Amino acid sequence: MSARTPGNSPSRRAWLRFRRNRLGYWSLLAFCTMVVLSLFAELISNDRPLIVHYEGANYYPLFKDYPETTFGGDFETTTDFLDPFIRERLAADGNWAVFPLNHYGPKTLNYFATQPNPAPPTRENWLGTDDRGRDLLAQLIYGFRVSVLFALALTVTGVALGLLAGALQGFFGGKTDLAFQRFIEIWGAMPELYLLIIFSAIFAPSVSLLLVLLSLFGWMGLSDYVRAEFLRNRQLDYVRAARALGVGNWQIIVRHILPNSLTPVVTFLPFRMSGAILALTSLDFLGLGVPPGTPSLGELLSQGKNNIDAWWISLSTFAVLVLTLLLLTFMGDALRDALDPRKVDREPAPADAAGANA
Amino acid sequence: MTGPGRTATGPQAGPLLDVQGLRVAFGGVDVVKQVDFSIAQGEKLALVGESGSGKTVTALSLLGLAADAHCRGSVRFAGPRGEVDLLQLPESELREIRGRDIAMIFQEPMTALNPLFPIGNQIAEVLQLKQGLDKAACAKAVVELLASTGIPEPERRAQAFPHQLSGGQRQRAMIAMALACKPRLLLADEPTTALDVTIRGQILDLLSALQREYGMAILMITHDLNLVRKFADRVVVMEKGHLVEQGAVSAVFAQPRHAYTRKLLESRPRRDVVEDDARGAAAVQTPLLCAERLQVSYPVPIPGIRGWFRKAAFVAVKGATFSLAPGRTLGVIGESGSGKSTLALAALGLLPFGGRLVVDGKAWGGGGSADKALRRTIQVVFQDPFSSLSPRMTVEEIVGEGLLVHQAALDKTARQQRVLLALDEVGLDEQQFPNLLGRYPHEFSGGQRQRLAIARALIVEPRLLVLDEPTSALDVTIQQQVLQLLQRLQRERGLSYLLITHDVDVIRAMAHDVLVMKEGEIVESGPLAQVLDAPRHPYTRKLVEAAL
Repeated sequence: MSARTPGNSPSRRAWLRFRRNRLGYWSLLAFCTMVVLSLFAELISNDRPLIVHYEGANYYPLFKDYPETTFGGDFETTTDFLDPFIRERLAADGNWAVFPLNHYGPKTLNYFATQPNPAPPTRENWLGTDDRGRDLLAQLIYGFRVSVLFALALTVTGVALGLLAGALQGFFGGKTDLAFQRFIEIWGAMPELYLLIIFSAIFAPSVSLLLVLLSLFGWMGLSDYVRAEFLRNRQLDYVRAARALGVGNWQIIVRHILPNSLTPVVTFLPFRMSGAILALTSLDFLGLGVPPGTPSLGELLSQGKNNIDAWWISLSTFAVLVLTLLLLTFMGDALRDALDPRKVDREPAPADAAGANA
Repeated sequence: MTGPGRTATGPQAGPLLDVQGLRVAFGGVDVVKQVDFSIAQGEKLALVGESGSGKTVTALSLLGLAADAHCRGSVRFAGPRGEVDLLQLPESELREIRGRDIAMIFQEPMTALNPLFPIGNQIAEVLQLKQGLDKAACAKAVVELLASTGIPEPERRAQAFPHQLSGGQRQRAMIAMALACKPRLLLADEPTTALDVTIRGQILDLLSALQREYGMAILMITHDLNLVRKFADRVVVMEKGHLVEQGAVSAVFAQPRHAYTRKLLESRPRRDVVEDDARGAAAVQTPLLCAERLQVSYPVPIPGIRGWFRKAAFVAVKGATFSLAPGRTLGVIGESGSGKSTLALAALGLLPFGGRLVVDGKAWGGGGSADKALRRTIQVVFQDPFSSLSPRMTVEEIVGEGLLVHQAALDKTARQQRVLLALDEVGLDEQQFPNLLGRYPHEFSGGQRQRLAIARALIVEPRLLVLDEPTSALDVTIQQQVLQLLQRLQRERGLSYLLITHDVDVIRAMAHDVLVMKEGEIVESGPLAQVLDAPRHPYTRKLVEAAL
């Protein structure tokens, strides 16, 4: 009894249970680190130096384009810092430049490569290049970022739509529920892939279009769970008690039922993330996804398939994909265990004797 | 000892089951601490205690059925093949003993029976497994067993699925299944708790009759002292995992030695309310709640294609007429399905109803603000203190919610003050529970949660409380405390109660007037003494007798 800290909310206890699952906890930390690092991808993998000190002046090519003439070149075009001539100038006396860890950006073509593309790993291109001569490591870092951000956005919109639809169906029930259910059946029967193909033919492909299209179909699975939770919770006594107090519908939904219906939503978050990443990857693999030129894991996989000898493409992409999905799955498992209502903390039940002075 | 089907074997002198130094631990925590008792052949022993006393765990661990439990001590059982220690037996031999020599029946037959198979098949399975009977012999034995438990039309019932039977019939089917192999010992875990009071007596009589017929011993686990008095030869009292007292029922009930046994025996609800004669002209006062020909019906689906287009109506309350004066308690008693909880929800304006219902001179349905004002007058306390408090809200949010709705002008500090006052009123304060306002419901026990529910209702200062089985989910000693609290609140605040219950004892302690409901109809009503002491309707008589 003494170990029982007062005021521990159920969500805090769930978090403590999650922390106790080492694999899930470390997966969460690792995944967050990867995401944060990829958010700063420009500082890690870029074809421009972070700072250039040239003839007494400081330049910041990350934020500003400088013509080649600034560094003693002949052309007015934006400086190509991978050009051996420019490199030579920057390495001259008193000049220096801080390059990122990897000297290539997602779209940088290595014009000075010594081998035909796709080129195997070298000291210049640590993971080799793809079939257009772009650095694979840079592709993977930026592709991971696109995938994760896309998956996050898709998850957020899907959860928002699913929550709203499920809450309306479950709370009002009856005819609302019936109408919504039939609508979902019809909507769910639409061939998603065909629609994507048709739309990608009509509109110029873009990440936001893809997001909208996938969101339109991504909310249905979740809304069923939320609906079931609402149906169960709305007839519990605490909701009746709130009604008897005269609390309005909206307040009952937001304050009473919603917090108690979030368990399936939270449990599914990592799995929805991994599902979204996989969906984007598959669409890119089929060429229906992000516009060409956008770094993408799916496109790399398809390149790997087309260049089966270039093992570095498929192997490294595969490794990144597996690692990401595995981390998400571990997190999901841990989360599911942490939120499982049947897993109770082994604590003695509070004794009634404490309240025995009526 | 020579009942039909069993020729008595083995020594008659020694006990059938001898439990010595039994300790059961879950995850290193002892739940049952050093329990010694024994059961003689053909004896009826009752194991009594409140929830959490370890009585069910004790019974389950005898058969090795307590999952993840670590058991120590010895449980010597005089089986047909000599004496064995049940705790030492390998699982395979234990499985042999289960069902054949020691059988068990559970509290809730609906969950203990497989919903997908007819009960006849489930009983036949036991016979095939344990006795190796063939199909025809099984079918015959099943019908005989069902007939012996008093189920009407046993041939037809053997084909019935569990949901097609009534609660009492399901429990009879469970008993038939347990008795299939004529066990020497029957473990009965609260076998009547889930049943209606009038059925309880029948099931107990049946168990007694079968016990005599088969000459088996029964270990009855219960929290109900009435039942112990009626049924058992000997009683074992447990408290928090300790065995505190054991002995013959008559001796323990007449002269309880342990303080806890005395507390249990004295925990029958006590009447402590303002009586009618003390106030004189009580009946003249205008009623606070008044119903005339109140009718509530639910839509129920019609099977077949007609059900696509319309629904049938199930009438849960059929034309109820009653009134409740300020400061008085109207008790509504009836069995499950009698419509008494529906009546409560209709009184709260939470269900659409027909007829006339007036609360404090106003009817429901007067639009938003009128209904909101009415809600301040009538509040409710539900049965289950676990589902009636949202697990994700703090005490402050739960109790203070009514103020947000009805006195939105109050600022946070004033609201907190009011919440603390309301909590103090129901006997919860910061001294017992540091950081009381920030706590969550799971940190409180059942009785304390019920106090929270009462505080939530009281904070809007209602004049009428609907109490829907307010104590039936609580242990007897806690039930008494909560009833005392309700009695005090009525005396001090002049509250009226609409008390819904199935428990005649609670009605006796609380009510001034009584309604008896059966299948949606009020079969009898009147002042407490008249209805309970001189019941006119046979159903009321049955209820009152079952409670004695």
